[in-house]
Amino acid sequence: MKILNVEEMKQLEKAIEKIVEIAKEFQLDFYPMRYEICPSDIIYTFGAYGMPTRFSHWSFGKTFHKMKMQYDLGLSKIYELVINSNPCYAFLLDGNSLIQNKLIVAHVLAHCDFFKNNAHFSNTNRDMINSMSSTAERIHQYEYEHGTENVEKFIDAVLAIQEHVDPSLFRKYNTDQSKKEMKNEKNTEIKTGFEDLWDLENQSKQTKKKDESEKPVLKFPNKPEKDIMWFIEEHSPILEDWQRDILSMLREEMLYFWPQIQTKIMNEGWASYWHVRILREMDLTSEETVEFAKLNSSVVQPSQQTLNPYYLGIKIFEDIEKRWDRNKIFEVREIDSDTSFIRNYLTKELVEDLDLYIFEKQGREWKITDKTWENIRDQLVSSRTNGGFPYLVIENGNFQNNGELYIKHEYEGLELDLKYTERTLPYLEQLWGKNVHLETKIEDKSVVFSYKEGKMQRRFL
Amino acid sequence: MSSSFIVSREDWSLHRKGYQDQTRHQEKVREAIKQNLPDLITDESIILSNGKKIIKVPIKSLDEYKFRFNYNKNKHVGQGDGESKVGDVLGQEPAPSSAGKGEGAGNQPGEDYFEVEIDMEELETMLFSQLELPYLKQKEKDLLKVTDIEFNDIRKKGIMSNIDKKRTILQNLKRNASTGQPGIHGISPDDLRFKTWDEITKPQSNALIMAIMDTSGSMGSFEKYIARSFFFWMTRFLRKKYEHVEIIFIAHHTEAKEVTEEEFFTKGESGGTICSSAYKKALEIIETRYSPQNYNIYPIHFSDGDNLTSDNERCTKLISKLLEKSNMFGYGEVNQYNRSSTLMSAYRNIQHPTFRHCIIREKGEVFKALKSFFSKPEVG
Repeated sequence: MKILNVEEMKQLEKAIEKIVEIAKEFQLDFYPMRYEICPSDIIYTFGAYGMPTRFSHWSFGKTFHKMKMQYDLGLSKIYELVINSNPCYAFLLDGNSLIQNKLIVAHVLAHCDFFKNNAHFSNTNRDMINSMSSTAERIHQYEYEHGTENVEKFIDAVLAIQEHVDPSLFRKYNTDQSKKEMKNEKNTEIKTGFEDLWDLENQSKQTKKKDESEKPVLKFPNKPEKDIMWFIEEHSPILEDWQRDILSMLREEMLYFWPQIQTKIMNEGWASYWHVRILREMDLTSEETVEFAKLNSSVVQPSQQTLNPYYLGIKIFEDIEKRWDRNKIFEVREIDSDTSFIRNYLTKELVEDLDLYIFEKQGREWKITDKTWENIRDQLVSSRTNGGFPYLVIENGNFQNNGELYIKHEYEGLELDLKYTERTLPYLEQLWGKNVHLETKIEDKSVVFSYKEGKMQRRFL
Repeated sequence: MSSSFIVSREDWSLHRKGYQDQTRHQEKVREAIKQNLPDLITDESIILSNGKKIIKVPIKSLDEYKFRFNYNKNKHVGQGDGESKVGDVLGQEPAPSSAGKGEGAGNQPGEDYFEVEIDMEELETMLFSQLELPYLKQKEKDLLKVTDIEFNDIRKKGIMSNIDKKRTILQNLKRNASTGQPGIHGISPDDLRFKTWDEITKPQSNALIMAIMDTSGSMGSFEKYIARSFFFWMTRFLRKKYEHVEIIFIAHHTEAKEVTEEEFFTKGESGGTICSSAYKKALEIIETRYSPQNYNIYPIHFSDGDNLTSDNERCTKLISKLLEKSNMFGYGEVNQYNRSSTLMSAYRNIQHPTFRHCIIREKGEVFKALKSFFSKPEVG
């Protein structure tokens, strides 16, 4: 592996200075930058963990191994990694050529501008590097106190449901009152074997309370709850304090990553749009120009059959600029996310120009089945909705008046992977401590999966 | 301007987290291999491994289960080269755009199986740790003693070549610390610690395994495959764990003959089935060559159970005789469709503590059969 020498480091610093200057002239607005030059295994570690300081878990090791192997075999390469933080950290692969680094530096500046200005990132913790570091330390401490395997088993379960948070920017958590009500119930559930009796008493108490507040609580929760992570952390009757702590920390991490999941196409498109424009303003040697063209095309060119987010994103931004002006793309990068970006700005002409299509499996063959542009647009939007994850809500945390958990999949035409569903429910049961149920649809028929006493049941409604 | 950015390069050589968690994942894969042993050991790649040390076997990957969409049942957006049209076939199973780049890569199903290189040696260790010859007795003649040395104690006296350096230094450290002069210096004879050993003698007895297999026409390819897998693992297990074990091979249809190992595993026969012929052959061999006084004898018979009905009574009698002379008799039946077999219904009535039987319905149950034949008798 090539390692940058002192002279090359100087050249790189000079180039960065120039790039920063150009970016500012373009009105890009970013945090102070910290560029770290790292060997490949470190870049891939960060890539697998999503953050240099994240806690340890075998699943990250699995991803790291896979990514590193693909790199070693020459199948794929990460040139850079950028962290949404202030100051903003960007990790460059040691061994990148100067022109590769120029492109990357420009690219990450635009990413940083996006992190800083897109509304969906407005609530993210810009000091997440340190927060994740202390999370990792705390988890390590719990491993020491409660045994590595116990902690690992618990994290396995949490990771299985980690995407089920509510990332909405104006989320209001349930009022203290509803918490209190649940706490009553919870306590009786833990401490006595006579729930039935206590329930009677509680019910009368609750009715009283309802009368007083004139707000009848019919179900628990009174509205379907999307944030399953939060709900379990608050209301699971069996978790210990350290477990609730881990749940809440991993939920914070997911909330931090969520805007990145939500804006993948936009963010990559934005960064690609700008690295092209910034490098155009630089004095490149003819050799550098050729290498830049090659590199750029490997980043933003369409690839067969898979949809390249860089390519789709840059095309849409360029099209917006053509139809409005440059101010408009700044406005879009501020308020949109992938779903609204595609819904509002993917046009008939673009769909045709990009030769997009819908494909699906028919028999044993994967076939192109539709080229209607609206359908393509809608399909793309639906695949990006809720970050591409099924939208699940907790319908009832006291199902069958027995504290069982009833979850409903808000079905919108996309079926769940049934095998995965059946394997994930036991994790939920592990976290909730009682039977769990999940309602979804198969072939347009409602079906409930129940995991009871170690057995999976499937029942059509 | 230069204050708005910093370029640095640090020494990352101590950052080993990725490798540590990778190791943990690999440990988990090993656990998964253990859990998948029953499926694994009947895999063709192993049975046909032909003495190779490292074999490639498909292992179920460690999935990270979560709620996700069914990739195969849903629609996806793709991109063509400008010429795509409705009806174009992009590919056949598996999905053309498997996980990788592309949006929402994390939602797409990965491969259920991935190839893992397996060290036969390691696999055997995992597998055979659970197996042993039951009812093994010491036989009068040819009793073999194996002596082994095990370092298992620490003493203050010993010969210099057995000195335990680490403990000696620790002792020195402790002594110096207690006298207020910490550090390693002035090692005195008092500090010396020696490893010492015990001699262990393991009695070992001669054992004879009689591998008896039905090679009649009714044994289809599945039945033969199962029976051979079983015997394949049985022979490997016996040869690995026991130094002095002899295996003889008997193949039978309406008549039985002793065959070489190679013939046993490769040759196919046909015709009807008279199992008693094999038992007679086994008794004959015991009488002429392997006295029960000198040998622990284990006849193991595999068949599809489709015996000539009139022969069953004879079989039961011969098994009783065999049981008198052997430590255990094992009967394995390969019965894919769960039909009621003539032989099994006759054998069900054999009430003898060292008669063991086992039905195999699918590939994954070969290991179950191995465990049920080669395990300690249950207490009580």
